[in-house]
Amino acid sequence: MTGDVLIDVQNLSIGFTGRSGKLLPVLRNIDLGVRRGETVGIVGESGSGKSTLALAMMGYLKHGLRVISGRSLFDGRDLLTMPSCELQRIRGGKIALIPQNSGQSLSPNLRVGAQLTEALALHGKLALSAFPARVIQLLQQVRLPDPEVIASRYPHELSGGQQQRVAIAMALAGDPEALLLDEPTTGLDVTTQAHILALLSDIAVRLDKVMVYVSHDLGAIARVCSRVVVMYAGEIVLDGDATSVLTNPGHPYARGLLASIPRLGNPNLPMALEGRPPPPGDAGPGCSFVDRCAIAEAPCRSERPGLQPLPAGGRVRCRLPERAGSIPTKRAGKPASAGGSFGEPLVRLSNLAISYARQSLVDQLLGRKPQGVPTVDRVNIEIRQGEVIGLVGESGSGKSTILKAVAGLVGPANGEIAYDRSGALPATVEQRRPEQLREIQLIFQNPDESLNPRHTIEQILAQPLQLYFGLSGDALRKRSIAILERVRLGAHYLDRLPSQLSGGEKQRVAIARAFAAEPKLLLCDEVTSALDVSVQAAVLDLLDQLRRDVRALSDRVAVLYQGRLCEIGPAAAVYSRPCHPYTEALLGAVLEPEPGARPILMAEDIVELSPPAKGCPFQRRCHRKVGSICESTTPPQRNAGAEHVIHCHIPIGELTSAQTVSTLGNAVRPHVQ
Amino acid sequence: MLRIFIHRLLLGIATVAIVSGIIFAAVEALPGDACTAILQRDASGERLANCRRELGIDRPALTRYVEWASGAVRGDLGISAHNNKPIASLVGDRLKNTLLLAGCSLALGIPLALFLGVLTGLRRDKLSDLALSTIAIFAMTIPEFVTATVLIFVFGIWLGWVPGIVTASASSSLSAFFPGIVLPVIVLTMVMTAHIMRTVRSSVIDVMSSDYVQMATLKGVPYWQIVFRHALPNALLPAINVIALTVGWLLGGVVVVEKVFNYPGLGHYMIDSISDRDLPVVQAIALIVATAYVGVNLAADLLAMAFNPRLRTLKARSP
Repeated sequence: MTGDVLIDVQNLSIGFTGRSGKLLPVLRNIDLGVRRGETVGIVGESGSGKSTLALAMMGYLKHGLRVISGRSLFDGRDLLTMPSCELQRIRGGKIALIPQNSGQSLSPNLRVGAQLTEALALHGKLALSAFPARVIQLLQQVRLPDPEVIASRYPHELSGGQQQRVAIAMALAGDPEALLLDEPTTGLDVTTQAHILALLSDIAVRLDKVMVYVSHDLGAIARVCSRVVVMYAGEIVLDGDATSVLTNPGHPYARGLLASIPRLGNPNLPMALEGRPPPPGDAGPGCSFVDRCAIAEAPCRSERPGLQPLPAGGRVRCRLPERAGSIPTKRAGKPASAGGSFGEPLVRLSNLAISYARQSLVDQLLGRKPQGVPTVDRVNIEIRQGEVIGLVGESGSGKSTILKAVAGLVGPANGEIAYDRSGALPATVEQRRPEQLREIQLIFQNPDESLNPRHTIEQILAQPLQLYFGLSGDALRKRSIAILERVRLGAHYLDRLPSQLSGGEKQRVAIARAFAAEPKLLLCDEVTSALDVSVQAAVLDLLDQLRRDVRALSDRVAVLYQGRLCEIGPAAAVYSRPCHPYTEALLGAVLEPEPGARPILMAEDIVELSPPAKGCPFQRRCHRKVGSICESTTPPQRNAGAEHVIHCHIPIGELTSAQTVSTLGNAVRPHVQ
Repeated sequence: MLRIFIHRLLLGIATVAIVSGIIFAAVEALPGDACTAILQRDASGERLANCRRELGIDRPALTRYVEWASGAVRGDLGISAHNNKPIASLVGDRLKNTLLLAGCSLALGIPLALFLGVLTGLRRDKLSDLALSTIAIFAMTIPEFVTATVLIFVFGIWLGWVPGIVTASASSSLSAFFPGIVLPVIVLTMVMTAHIMRTVRSSVIDVMSSDYVQMATLKGVPYWQIVFRHALPNALLPAINVIALTVGWLLGGVVVVEKVFNYPGLGHYMIDSISDRDLPVVQAIALIVATAYVGVNLAADLLAMAFNPRLRTLKARSP
């Protein structure tokens, strides 16, 4: 099956000059050969050097980086020393890149067709007159509908999934032998991601391309690759076939990584991988993973292990690969604290509708309400004391909008938010009482943007404490330290600025700030999606801990599509027996790092610009559409069990029996808790 | 596209209308009026009242505003209180001179600034970039009157290559301004070039490190094709707005430079009119400057739209 070596990276080290003037390595002694016919996944967390390695395979170094040692060969020739006129022929012609963020990787001033034509002109073996037909053919090959229309569009006029397909088409234009994929699905919705991955694996097989797939997402790699390379702190720590790396890896880091991934089929909390990788230039003389390793011994600190062959095939950079097998990779996490009995209803959203349509000046003067279909509509959710409710849905499903309405950042267009027996909550922050503001706290997705970069952690924590409790002086400082300790950060963090913390630490500070207000209701907007997998697990664990203290985190899940409820019920019930067709599609697209697992593709990844004016919100993408009733009538609520409600025209008996997905367990960590 | 254009045009007209009201009200609020300026020490009692009746200043402010505004629309800006000539022709002469000065400076400065900005941006952190950027900062920070004085001393007096000041009168033909215009053009070019160049430089650096330029490189596109096809069309967009501000600044009459070189332009005239308490002229110049700013910014918005498809076409909502 596999042929001779096409890409051959030999003892490659790349670094940059730090502020101290020292040369700090980003990649250290990389040896990696990729043969014809292989699909190789390179996996690692942010900062592991995986993208640098991928770009070096094309002879490209980002600004400020330089080669310390080694070579990067393509078909026997070193790209790093090649003159640029020759490099231009190889790049795009022999080896092409499919970038991470195609939205930003397509030139905004050129139409899609023009960019594809440029690629054809550079490497094409085609006559000029054949270009237009080939452009259409390429766009068809990546399964874009209406290729003529797409070719005449500018990149910003396409959806994220369409942009990614265009980038793939562009990579195929030069008919390269190898494709480099740099996180090609990161940032896309799960359903879109599943479609793109299916397309990629199809291309690898049908067009017989060598693929190097770089990702932090083991699930995505499991879909496409036959061989997986794990990187840590600029080194290759493990290299082997996909099955062994994804199920029983021989390196402690890879095992920790697997354990930290939340899985649909596992009700337990994922296991956090404590600590963080050493920054460039900071790895000691020994193994770079030693500080986080459960089986490390004294010699691990002093001597750097080499990349040794494993008896079963593959290579590992560990002195004790046989002992690594004792580290659990799954089902070892703690069970999430049980919901148990819940108190009185705390918040009730009744018939909530939210609209972002802006009132025009004329409408304001005439006192007219804005026209158009509201972004969120007919949402009924009740949250009880001590309960955690997850809102699940793709981007644009209205999750964040609902949170913002509860927090008082956007006013509802219709319906009301009842709160704590005191009746309807005033629509906006300005109208709410200080007590209500304190009791409802919001944690944002990205701590880089929600923490003021010029405030120290002490100032950040002092704000709610001064504002709500009037603390000052010693009492303030003591309380701040106590709160920091609850999120497992010490008093020495008080004087630091957010920029001096890692992503996970910043999110802990954001959580600490929310808990400082002693809230009754905590709104978490995708609090882990900007973090690395191993850090995600730690943050989730922390939220679960704090929940036990204040009885405030979730147990039920609400599935939203286009701002309308599809299904709501206990997490276990929704995840184990998804009833609504959309829930089915969504869960089917969630990637598990299991080799051989295939996504269930159902709803086509089209963009919906606005929700349909009437009928079921999911009507345009539903694979189980009943008929015209779905377009004309709002679906009825059907009871699927205790507290489990489904909005669908299909009778409940049929919904539960004809299931395509049956083995998915519970506890996907909800996107919004 | 046409809809947006008409929308912007109406907004611009509304802005000028509002500004004209503010100018009128501000001049109105000043102590004294045209008659006190004309009569000076005799401005009292019967003579003042007569003068006011003659000039129509005794009528309600709103009536006079409507009269002034409708006159301005037709090109009639009233009569100078200083020498009883129609303001339109007085200001017209100076406007023509200012346009000459601005036109020469822009013709020299914009290409130079774009060239240097692109050059320094592409050669980021290299010696040529550091040298040019440092010079640009100096050109920006040294006040115009200092540069002007030094230039007059060196080239006008010491070397004697060009006249140190302009001797032509306001109504002279354009050719009379050469070679006296050379030094003021150089001073203005220095200041504006530095401004535009620094904007272009940072925007070129941004764009050259953008994902799409990296993508073009990895697609095998030759360097100069990347620069001209992928980078510059995007990098020059921010320059449009800076250039618009510069044009507005030049048209508004560059008071200091015109004064130093005795150049008979709008700015110079404005200063003279203020010291003469010639309020109708001050009012007229303020209106012209405001209109020029609005017009130039409108043009910049439309240009940006023409060059940037993202402003021109509908944005698809990402899924």
